[in-house]
Formats: sequence, C-alpha cells, structure tokens
Amino acid sequence: MEWEPVIGLEIHAQLATSSKIFSGASTAFGAQPNTQACAVDLGLPGVLPVLNREVIRMAASFGLATGSTVSKRSVFARKNYFYPDLPKGYQISQYELPVVQDGELTIELEDGTSKRIGITRAHLEEDAGKSLHEDFHGMTGIDLNRAGTPLLEIVSEPDMRSAKEAVAYMKMIHSLVRYLEISDGNMQEGSFRCDANVSVRPVGRESFGTRAEIKNINSFRFVEQAINYEIERQILLLESGGAVIQETRLFDPDRHETRSMRSKEEANDYRYFPDPDLLPVVLDQEFIDGVAAALPELPAARRQRFVDQYGLSDYDAGVLTASREFAEFFEATAREAGGNGKLAANWVMGEFTAALNKGGIDIADSPVSSGDLGRMLLRIDDGTISGKIAKQVFEAMWNGEGDADRIIEEKGLKQITDPAAIEAVIREVLENSPKQLEQYRGGQEKVFGYFVGQVMKATKGKANPGEVNALLKKMLGS
Amino acid sequence: MELDDAEVKKIAHLARLGIDPADIPEYVRNLTDILSFVEQLNKVDTAGVPPLAHPLDASQRLRADVVTETDQRAEFQSGAPLVEDGLYLVPKVIE
Repeated sequence: MEWEPVIGLEIHAQLATSSKIFSGASTAFGAQPNTQACAVDLGLPGVLPVLNREVIRMAASFGLATGSTVSKRSVFARKNYFYPDLPKGYQISQYELPVVQDGELTIELEDGTSKRIGITRAHLEEDAGKSLHEDFHGMTGIDLNRAGTPLLEIVSEPDMRSAKEAVAYMKMIHSLVRYLEISDGNMQEGSFRCDANVSVRPVGRESFGTRAEIKNINSFRFVEQAINYEIERQILLLESGGAVIQETRLFDPDRHETRSMRSKEEANDYRYFPDPDLLPVVLDQEFIDGVAAALPELPAARRQRFVDQYGLSDYDAGVLTASREFAEFFEATAREAGGNGKLAANWVMGEFTAALNKGGIDIADSPVSSGDLGRMLLRIDDGTISGKIAKQVFEAMWNGEGDADRIIEEKGLKQITDPAAIEAVIREVLENSPKQLEQYRGGQEKVFGYFVGQVMKATKGKANPGEVNALLKKMLGS
Repeated sequence: MELDDAEVKKIAHLARLGIDPADIPEYVRNLTDILSFVEQLNKVDTAGVPPLAHPLDASQRLRADVVTETDQRAEFQSGAPLVEDGLYLVPKVIE
C-alpha cells in the first residue's frame, strides 16, 4: 500500500527580551544557577506576574509577518502539571484566546516548487527551569534561571507531507524570527526547538491516522531524521497489522530512533483555566499599526529586490536571503564593491562561504569584513588583479595579513596588462618550447593551451588572461 | 453530577494529594455536594454571553522590558531543604 505522511510542527522560539515574561529577572544565558530566578519565577507566595510589553510587541510582529490575525484581546491561562522545574505547579500559557491566530507561510522546496503552510496559532508562555539528572547523590538538581523566560509557541496546520517539507518550514520560521529580531534562534542553547506531530494514512484517504508526538527536537538534521524514522516505524507497524497509539515519543540522536515516553492513558490532564492573576491583554489598532510600520524588510520581499536591483538569479537571491546576517553581509559587500551585486554574490556564496564552512565559524566572527571583501572586489573590477589572483588575496586577508591593497602591493600581485611586457614573456616561452611550437604549426591546436599555461606560470598568474590570449593568437598567427 | 471513587482518586492524584482510602466516601459526598451546588448555574441561559476571562472589567497593565531584579539566591536558598552548587535538590524524577 502507498502511504502518505501527515506532519504538523509546534515550534518554541525563545523571545529575545532582556527580562522575563512576568518578572524583572534577567534572561541572559549562561549565568550561575538560580542567580536569575527571582521571587516571581520561584512562585513564592504573594507574588504577582506583570506582563512584559516587549513580549506582546514581538508576538504581534510575528503575527503581522505571517499574515495572521493579531488578537485585540487575548487571555493567559494556567496549564497545570507537577514537575520539579515548574515551581508554581502550573505554567502560564495561552489557551482559548492566543495572541496570534490563523496565518500562513510559503515554503520553497528543493525541486523549485513552493507550498503554503497554514499557521493555526502562536501563543505566549513562560519556559520552565532545567532539571539536571547528573550525579547529585541520586537526587535531581534544579536550576530555575530559565523559568519565566518568554516563549512564542508557533503551531502549524498538519499541512506537511514529508520530512523535507517540515525542515523547509522550520528553516523558514527560523529565518523569519531572526529577521524580525524577536529570537536569536540559537538551537544549541535551546532558544529554538520543536515538537513534531506525525501520522500516516493510505494515499487518497481523507481522514488522518493516529498521530505520535515527537518532543523537543533541537536541530534541523534531527527533525528530518526523527520524522523519517517515525514515518518508517508507523508504516511497518500498520503493514504488519498493528495500530499506532497516540503517545509522546523522544528522539534519540545517537541511535537515530524515537522511543515511547508516555502514552495518552497516562498523559497529563492539564485543566487549563484563565489565570486570575492576569487580566485580559487588550491591544488597540494604533499599537498594531505601530508594530506593522516598524516591520523590517521580510525575506520574500528582500529576495525579490535582490533579483530586481542586482540582477541576481532567483536561486542566488534565495540563498543570500536565507538568513538576515548573510543578506546584510552580501549587501554591505556589494555596496563597498561599487554596487557590483553579481560579483559580490559570487564571492559571498563562493570563497567566503567555503572559508566559513571550512573554519566552522559564524558570519559574525568572520576575519574578513564585508568592507574588506568589497574593497578587494573593486580591485577585480578595475583590473588591478584577476579573479584567480583574488583567491590568493582573499586567503591572505582571511589569515589576517592586512587589507587587499596592502596584500596586492606587498606580494606584488598586480595584474600585468602592459602588452609589451606580456609579449616579451610570450616570446621567451615560444623560444623555449620548439617542440610544442612545431606541433602547433603541424595543426595540433590543443597546444595553444600549453602556451597560455606557460605564460601564466612565468608571470606567476599575474598576466591578464584576455590579453595573453589575444597576443598569443596574434604572435602564433604571424 | 455524581462523582465516584475512581474520579476522586484521579483528582487527588492530579493535585498530588495523598488521601486515606477510608476518607474517600466522605470526599465523594462533599465534592458531589459542591458540584451540585455550582451546577445550578447550568440553568441560566448563556447563549450570546461571551465567556468571562476575569471578573474585573479591566485590562492587563504592561511593564517595560527592563531587568529590575538582583541576585538573591543566598536568601532564597536559605529556606530550601537541600541545596548544592547553587542548585535546589529534589528527589530524582525522570519520566
């Protein structure tokens, strides 16, 4: 039988505020345990949560960027469960009236097609603390620094039909929250993680199969692996006459498999109810209009502008706008290079990206700035160096040997364009290669390449290739 | 609404309350009485009445995103039963 997977994602994005969602404690990552957990975060008796305005602004900007409805009235609710890293015995979340509802996003797939993915809702909630199960004499250590950190939980419609689509959607949301500067999207630190709801059904059937929820996946690669494993598992189960049970599963990245965490029977009964400590959040049109006016250029619009303004292909524009940092690095480089967007795009996507990948470093830590790169491109543009020599210059810049002009000067890499100088080199090459010259005259035109190579070698690659070709042709013809 | 023993046990479990099995019949009776009392509200026609999120007719005040809290870990942890390396220690719980 042919099976069709049905996938929906719940993405948790930690919002990039300075203070927590309901308290004035810091959200900075990496502090000593419990030094950023105040009385409100600890749930001490008599404290009251007070909502952070910035959190509302960030959620609204996400809503507007995804064509969602930003609710003029939203309500916080208590989600009740017991766990040691949740001091109050409930998590403040949103249930019936979330701040963002009913949006959509268009994802681009590898085969060039695009697909609309519905966003059911995005709601605000507080994060829990961290449990450390390592060696504390058989006990568990609790760090509540993360308790009360603001999260935006983004819930998609079950619109995805493959792990690849799910990854494309997750990447799109990741790129978007970073464009909007509402989350740093740092997956290692847990600022961006997702739960995947996966089911399968026979192709052509309308109703959904029973789904399993895979919890807390924190990398794009793991999302793909976990979903593919889960699809396989469910199909095997169904084809051997079994049934999928609704349950929560965990992905084990070492074993590349998911395993059962808890089944629906034992699942928590969260008993949501409106939090009496918090009043409904009311937003007026003026506030929403203000957020809309302050939205930055979004990835899709920027991609189109790159095509129009720099004459880039749609594919290249897509690569360059995949992340805000990358797009901004490209534009700054192109600006410095006198607006030569095509040249800048080739270098940013080529040598520059390769160097980043090789060194395993982030764009923010690049030893070559957009200004450095742009100024080097100017030297290619004005004929001072060839594209090939530029690779040497780039490598030297990457290794901290100074700016392009200095490297070109010190290493004597300036391109030789003087016809007389090139002619002299060609003459010498021809004199030293009587055998090849004879072959060429005998009709073996392939030998032409040999002469070009010798000239480039003699000039250490500095001769202008166009000039070499033209002169060589002329001199061999005579 | 009539509760039974199993429901009372489930509610106690959700609230993490330990109850003496001998007391269950009394809980069943008392909780059923409370529910029956509240159930009178079901007679009111609420069609067209929006659900009430809060009894006060006011909206949430918002605070500026500023860090105002300082580290008071030592004071908070002075009241905790067990503490180590700045962590609160609790009996091991792994699902």
